[in-house]
Amino acid sequence: MTDATNPAGAAPAPKHPSSLLAADVRTKRRNAAEARFKAYGLAAVGIGLIFLVALLFAIIRNGTPAFTQTFLTIPVELPEAKLDKNGNRDPADLSKVTTFGYAPLIEVAVARALEENGIDSPFEKQKDLRNLVSASAPAQLRDYVLQHPDDIGKTIEFRMLASSRVDGYLKGRVTRDSLARDKNLDAEHLDLVDQLQAAGLIKKQFNWAFIFGADASESRPEQAGIGVAMIGSFFMMLVVLALSLPIGVAASIYLEEFAPKNRWTDLIEVNISNLAAVPSIVFGILGLAVFIQFMHFPQSAPLVGGLVLTLMTLPTIIISTRASLKAVPPSIRDAALGVGASKMQAVFHHVLPLAMPGILTGTIIGLAQALGETAPLLLIGMVGFIASNAPDGIASGFLAPNSAMPAQIYEWAKRADPAYYERAWGGIIILLLFLMTMNIIAIILRRRFERRW
Amino acid sequence: MYDSPNSEAKIGQKAIKISANKVQVYYGDTHAIKDVDVQIEDKTVTAFIGPSGCGKSTFLRCLNRMNDTIDICRVEGEILLDGEDIYDKRVDPVQLRAKVGMVFQKPNPFPKSIYDNIAYGPRIHGLARSKADLDDIVEKSLRRGAIWNEVKDRLHAPGTGLSGGQQQRLCIARAIATEPEVLLMDEPCSALDPIATGQVEELIDELRENFSVVIVTHSMQQAARVSQKTAFFHLGNLVEYGMTGQIFTNPNDPRTESYITGRIG
Amino acid sequence: MSASLIFLIVVALAAVGFVLGRGRAMASAGGDIRNLHSLPSYYAFNVALSALVPALILLVVWLIAQPALIENRVQSMIPQDRYADRGELSLIMSDVRRVADGLDLAVERDALTREEASSIRTEFTDVRSRLADIGVALGSDVDRTTLTAAQRYRALNATGNAIRNALVILAALAGLGLSLWKTNHEFRARNSVEKVVMALLIGAASLAILTTVGIVLSLIFNTVEFFKLYPAMDFFFGTTWSPSFGGGSELGILPLFWGTFYISLIALAVAVPIGLFAAVYLSEYASPYVRGFAKPLLEVLAGIPTIVYGLFALLTVGPLLVSVFGEQGGLGWMQGGTAVMTAGLVMGIMLIPFVSSLSDDIINSVPQSMRDGSLGLGATKSETIRQVVLPAALPGIVGAVLLAASRAIGETMIVVLGAGAAARLSLNPFDAMTTVTAKIVSQLTGDADFASPEALVAFALGMTLFVITLALNVFALWIVRTYREQYE
Repeated sequence: MTDATNPAGAAPAPKHPSSLLAADVRTKRRNAAEARFKAYGLAAVGIGLIFLVALLFAIIRNGTPAFTQTFLTIPVELPEAKLDKNGNRDPADLSKVTTFGYAPLIEVAVARALEENGIDSPFEKQKDLRNLVSASAPAQLRDYVLQHPDDIGKTIEFRMLASSRVDGYLKGRVTRDSLARDKNLDAEHLDLVDQLQAAGLIKKQFNWAFIFGADASESRPEQAGIGVAMIGSFFMMLVVLALSLPIGVAASIYLEEFAPKNRWTDLIEVNISNLAAVPSIVFGILGLAVFIQFMHFPQSAPLVGGLVLTLMTLPTIIISTRASLKAVPPSIRDAALGVGASKMQAVFHHVLPLAMPGILTGTIIGLAQALGETAPLLLIGMVGFIASNAPDGIASGFLAPNSAMPAQIYEWAKRADPAYYERAWGGIIILLLFLMTMNIIAIILRRRFERRW
Repeated sequence: MYDSPNSEAKIGQKAIKISANKVQVYYGDTHAIKDVDVQIEDKTVTAFIGPSGCGKSTFLRCLNRMNDTIDICRVEGEILLDGEDIYDKRVDPVQLRAKVGMVFQKPNPFPKSIYDNIAYGPRIHGLARSKADLDDIVEKSLRRGAIWNEVKDRLHAPGTGLSGGQQQRLCIARAIATEPEVLLMDEPCSALDPIATGQVEELIDELRENFSVVIVTHSMQQAARVSQKTAFFHLGNLVEYGMTGQIFTNPNDPRTESYITGRIG
Repeated sequence: MSASLIFLIVVALAAVGFVLGRGRAMASAGGDIRNLHSLPSYYAFNVALSALVPALILLVVWLIAQPALIENRVQSMIPQDRYADRGELSLIMSDVRRVADGLDLAVERDALTREEASSIRTEFTDVRSRLADIGVALGSDVDRTTLTAAQRYRALNATGNAIRNALVILAALAGLGLSLWKTNHEFRARNSVEKVVMALLIGAASLAILTTVGIVLSLIFNTVEFFKLYPAMDFFFGTTWSPSFGGGSELGILPLFWGTFYISLIALAVAVPIGLFAAVYLSEYASPYVRGFAKPLLEVLAGIPTIVYGLFALLTVGPLLVSVFGEQGGLGWMQGGTAVMTAGLVMGIMLIPFVSSLSDDIINSVPQSMRDGSLGLGATKSETIRQVVLPAALPGIVGAVLLAASRAIGETMIVVLGAGAAARLSLNPFDAMTTVTAKIVSQLTGDADFASPEALVAFALGMTLFVITLALNVFALWIVRTYREQYE
């Protein structure tokens, strides 16, 4: 080997600094580059976390007001002469008085409340007071009277929704400046509101109707709630759970435990990994074309939404189920086969129960994903529909047109009135609470039952 | 030219390159290296032998602070390179590792061309002033790594395409290219076949001309073939350290004898 | 009898079969379980499954096939001269269905008798007002063809349902009887049950293929339909997008493509550097403690539904950007909150955890020996990462970026809410633009008639989207897989 005795190699030039204790210029420069690089990494993590914080901050700041609502609590006189001319309290007669018949009662009540509290009304006409109160107040009063016919002829303390502008004023969304272009409410109204608030008649209270109520028409944001959409989501999740868990588990068992290595299984595998990455809107097109156009299933039905979301979440569930089946060591299967169980028995009696916590975890995460999905629902018509009443039974829960929480949020976000934005953010808080609960359950399941082999 | 009497005679005159005093290494709560004192000479091949898990690789990795990359590892005591403590706060491990190169158990060429593999070290340390300079360093290193003739026609082919023995010689050439003063080798032949092992051993013997070489090996025959001094480690202790010939023919410690004769291991 | 009632009957038959099968097996073994080939429950399941599976398959196939068949039969009753194209035909057909449903409702509410419903004539009865009385509003007066078609529709449906009910129950009974007859102590019930279960497992796994086929077919049929009404060349190379449901639409995909591409580009420009650097930091530098809390927190971003990001874009990021780049900020680049920048930025945030967790996996699969080799030569950590780890991981990272790009292209809610509705070819990232996905939503929601080119174009858009994302996914998965194999 003559290479090694090469004269050039025999005397290596001392290019390194003689002492280790002092860093040379180049090393200093390199270390600075190192520190910079590390800082970039830290900054990237920081930026990601800042985005998360900003997002959560926006949600909480904008969404919490939706949970309180401004109510006006005043005594309302229910004159028999107007509500029950015959005086027999016959429900059929009572229901003949429409909401238009109740509207004046409320105007009178507001005017009287102002008078009693020594507040001067700046309006000449009593009618102008109507805008303080939600347009839904007469209907509320009518419902109350129909349920309590005995109160007719008395004066009752009645709590009614204030109009969304008044609510917005109390929450800081509506100001005197922003009212300049508003035809519903004037600055004089706001003076009244201030005085009524001082008198304790107008108050912000927790708004259960937002959580349990139904959506309202475009002009009554103060009345809108997400409850019915929640029921729609619930029925959809029932469909997803009932279909995707058994089908997903069956498919995974086949692919992981029984499938021979052939073209068909290869094709299935390729399909599953690709379906997992197909945009969700494409599943919406599938649902529209197959379930609605071809099979003529009812539009806007939670059943159809559930079917579409099932197809969408199946790949996720199959992938995670296969991972948990794979985690069960082969020795368990061998042990079962060794005592004479059939392969099917080994899988169903031993492998599947051991893999169950992992499967459930994956299923819950898949459900959470399905719960938050919006795009496919838009295409099968679960939006734009005002879900005014909760379904009255299980069958109608699946088949009657409904919305779903994310679709309802989308619908609100599209409406022109900013009062609906508050609703949309509030809806997001509820949606995220559901997702958080589901994820926490999944984490607990995993922590609790995770096995290390 | 293995172990000629001539080369043994010179050893006594050689300078001390690395001097370790009372070195302790802990992995978490495990005391992996206990109270090791050893003087490693310049232009000598020193072999660390001992049964698996005896701490010889751990100790080797202390010599260029490769253990820094393991979070739970803690080193105490003093290791001097040319009289300077390498665990001093002021020492930059990057600079240290340029002086104390390392070759690993499994050949680990980068997924780059052969040329770029060799040029990697000189580039990061700024050893070449020009492209021609760099070409020169690459050729010289490949020659000293005894692999030039095999790869000179395909310098731009990927280094991962070479055979195992060639890959390991490439890795040795890569380590030489930064002009280190000490070369640490962690079982460099354990992943190689006998022919490739022979080539690498021959190369190690030649490297002694310019470097102080420390080699960890499982094979006592290999230690006997390539080294002038041998250190025997057992259960984290340095049991015996001396001239290779003496260790293998006339060990002082009964444990060394047991190991060499194959009773423990 | 409704389909759900039939379903319950079949289930009840299966339950009966379960009990009978078990009893018969035990009887044939003389009450001693050891004389049986399989456990008694297998005999029970065998009978139950024999009753259940064929009947249910028949039921499902029937439920899917009957509406399509009847639709065809009824369609052929409508004279050719009544309609000019498929659009009008589908309008007539939906009228027919509404009238038929109305008649059903009328019978149910006793507004009409069964006989009346199937025999009333437009000449004698004002069907529209009769139906309006029970709450079925029709857009126009019912003419004779529609009414007869509707009556025919009802008649066919009734016959179909009757035949279906009979056949399904017969199938269940036959399965029940046959399997009971086969049940004796030598019958290999376990093998037979396992065969059925295996078939079910294979069926479940094949659903993935069925889904893909369903997607492809529903896209292709409608796309072909669209290209019959609108030239494909104008669709793929047209530079104007201005649908108008009155006719004379220009449906060029290029402006939508450009919007999609531009938004995705901005999203990737945000997500790739941040995601990649975050992944490098978390896998190479961060202490286990920092990694333990930062990684799950970043992944929270991936678990947030896209509607939330959409709202965030529309109501928070958009106004914020306008206040900086709009008239108030003094730059005047931005006219409204919805813009390419808004959607791109928010989509980028959404993709950060996607890029970072994929890159994290890929960086971790680069073997440690590679890092040791570089560090052993005296390289710093960042030199090792930039010059050894990242080049080694490059194919995998490219795959991850392609997957992220496919996500960005297919994302819907963020662009629907954040990007605007105007289709334009502009270079200004602060302009509102729109994307393929946003237009799919806007063309298919609302009361558009499914047969018009303006609605059908959504399927052609969907087809394009599907092909592009599929190609990206297949390519990316292939890169990632070959990359993984390299280090295994």
